[in-house]
Amino acid sequence: MIRYPRRTLLRAGAAFVGASAFGFPAIVKAQAERIRIGHLTPLTGFLGVIGSYAQLGVKLAAEEINASGGILGKRIDLLSEDSINPATAATKAQRMLEQDGAVVLLGEISSASSLTIMQVAERNKKVFFSTGARSDALRGKNCNKYAFHCDIPNTVMVNAVGTALSQQGMVKGKKFFTLTADYIFGHDLLKAAKAFFGTHEANLIGDELIATDATDFSPYLLKVRQAKPDVVCCNLAGNQVTNLVKQYAEFGLPYPLVGFNLNTGDAWAAGAGNLGGTWPTVWYHTLNNPTSQAFVAAFSKKYGKPPENHAWIDYVTLKLLAEAINTTKSTESNELIAYFEKQAQFDIGKARKAYFRSWDHQLVQEAYPFTVKPKDQMKDQWDMLVLGDAVPGAGDPLETIYPTKEQNPCEMKA
Amino acid sequence: MQFEFLLEQVVNGLVLGGYYLLIALGLSLIFSVGGIVNLAHGAFYALGAYVSVELTRRLGFGASVAISPFAVALLGILFERFILRRFYSADPILSLLVTFGLAMVAEQAIRMIWGAAPVSTEIPQSFRGSVIVGDFLFSRYRLLILAVVAAILLGIWLLLQKTSFGRVVRAGIQRPDMVAALGIRLQPYMTGIVMLGVGMAALGGAFFAPITTVHPAMGAEIMTIAFVVVVIGGLGSFWGVVISALLVGVVRGIAIHFEPAAGEASIYILMFLVLLVRPRGLLGERIEKFE
Repeated sequence: MIRYPRRTLLRAGAAFVGASAFGFPAIVKAQAERIRIGHLTPLTGFLGVIGSYAQLGVKLAAEEINASGGILGKRIDLLSEDSINPATAATKAQRMLEQDGAVVLLGEISSASSLTIMQVAERNKKVFFSTGARSDALRGKNCNKYAFHCDIPNTVMVNAVGTALSQQGMVKGKKFFTLTADYIFGHDLLKAAKAFFGTHEANLIGDELIATDATDFSPYLLKVRQAKPDVVCCNLAGNQVTNLVKQYAEFGLPYPLVGFNLNTGDAWAAGAGNLGGTWPTVWYHTLNNPTSQAFVAAFSKKYGKPPENHAWIDYVTLKLLAEAINTTKSTESNELIAYFEKQAQFDIGKARKAYFRSWDHQLVQEAYPFTVKPKDQMKDQWDMLVLGDAVPGAGDPLETIYPTKEQNPCEMKA
Repeated sequence: MQFEFLLEQVVNGLVLGGYYLLIALGLSLIFSVGGIVNLAHGAFYALGAYVSVELTRRLGFGASVAISPFAVALLGILFERFILRRFYSADPILSLLVTFGLAMVAEQAIRMIWGAAPVSTEIPQSFRGSVIVGDFLFSRYRLLILAVVAAILLGIWLLLQKTSFGRVVRAGIQRPDMVAALGIRLQPYMTGIVMLGVGMAALGGAFFAPITTVHPAMGAEIMTIAFVVVVIGGLGSFWGVVISALLVGVVRGIAIHFEPAAGEASIYILMFLVLLVRPRGLLGERIEKFE
């Protein structure tokens, strides 16, 4: 048996007593004055590049909120981690809620990971803001009352680009060849694209499902050439888009390349001379709006580069969550859900205010088609896109581009 | 017509295989001579890409492709001298751990220097577009890569077979004890092989930078395919790796022709089948020191 000198034991004992009297209450008090929020987003893998922007955005929002006094007088304690894959995302979400004491979760770009986090949030009866996942199914047949969806869904992206393409005479009677990401997001986007082609008299003559880890697209480009389409349409995600755009430019195929999904991070990575065509976006840093420009200025000052659309969506989501908690004076899930379901309006840096639709929890907001600026007109490497007019047009209700109740099979359980 | 389409995929697969070869051959050579599975090999590929992007901005594409592999090869000297050399006769698990750790450090270093967001570069206009030979469509740029790979392959084969350097290296692979008994120090040769291996990986990175996403984790991505190629070909076999690289490219092309969604899985199925029949890989040699 190890024997300690009595004096040492006494000293240690006194230290413990002292800590109990002075230190521990201080720690407990410090914890009580914080609101812990869990943030998950892919920082590795094919979505890692855009996920890293999301993390920068949410961190900036937390800093700004804390600098202005926090939420309900408490500081935000943001836990932000790499979600990695659907299984790990679910495990981390469970840990954040159960062990780390997170009162709400937000983040994610992968629709597959978002789905598993939604299930964890529902089991734990905690609110989850899915900030960057676009699959229609998440806010459709997989919807649940604890999940809120901040990015535009696939159907809206298809409608935004499809409308612009129709105006250019590139849809009716045209032969389309699609390249699709082989996971829930891609399958869902293809479904929305097929619905659009069906109602606009376009023909889908070929579709290739492509694994998310594919980096070489040459065999698929040969199949495109063999099919001789009028338009090639990209339904890919993350680095897949960048690789396709670069290799499409490399092969120089004569068919116009357009896409139903693109994040500005992918466009920047593709480089100015490689990208062309018409694509959709949810936000771009040149949007001339005071809220947007204030965010762009703060982000650029802090990180030395302009924000990408995932930085923006995670930033505004934490801001609107803070607004909700301050208004309801509660972090209770039911209180927050009831508040958002009243369709409270939020300034998210666009011409029109946005709101979560009560029956499917979709953040209803404007979207934009864009084309690519000629290289010699770009001010810098990030000044690549020319935004088209916001859709829907100023006179139309925002919901006209979103799936209707009849089209979207969302049934919230009480 | 269907057959021509299939043939076009086969030929394209051969071109792609040539590119895989640039990464896999160096990995195989370093293992053959030093007995080290260099898990940091992908990091040199990534460095090659990043250095070439920087050099392209300043000096243009041609200079970047020429200089980037040499710059990275010089880094390879330090890598061999200060890290690998300590592990030639150590437990292989230690070299696996140290190169794995180094790969992670390199990825984070790239992230710190160039940022997490990808950097971009473009193919020069003169190499853009495709050429049609008969019924086959080839990317001009990939034909350039293929020509360079063929020249490098010939050069390495001549180096290993026709020079005194090659004779020592080949002898060192089979019987390092005998080479030592003859009074020849293998370490300078190992430095040369590591320079050659990581230089080729960097050339692969420089060539692929304009047509793929240049991001910090690109080294980890390429390592999977490089390992598959080396394992199928047989560790330590020059021609095994050559045949395997081409085979992997072709099998992937054929799989995509018939069942696109199985394209990426097909190469792992190929590896599984080859290892079932030949556990040492297609042309894997029996190397006494590894038995």
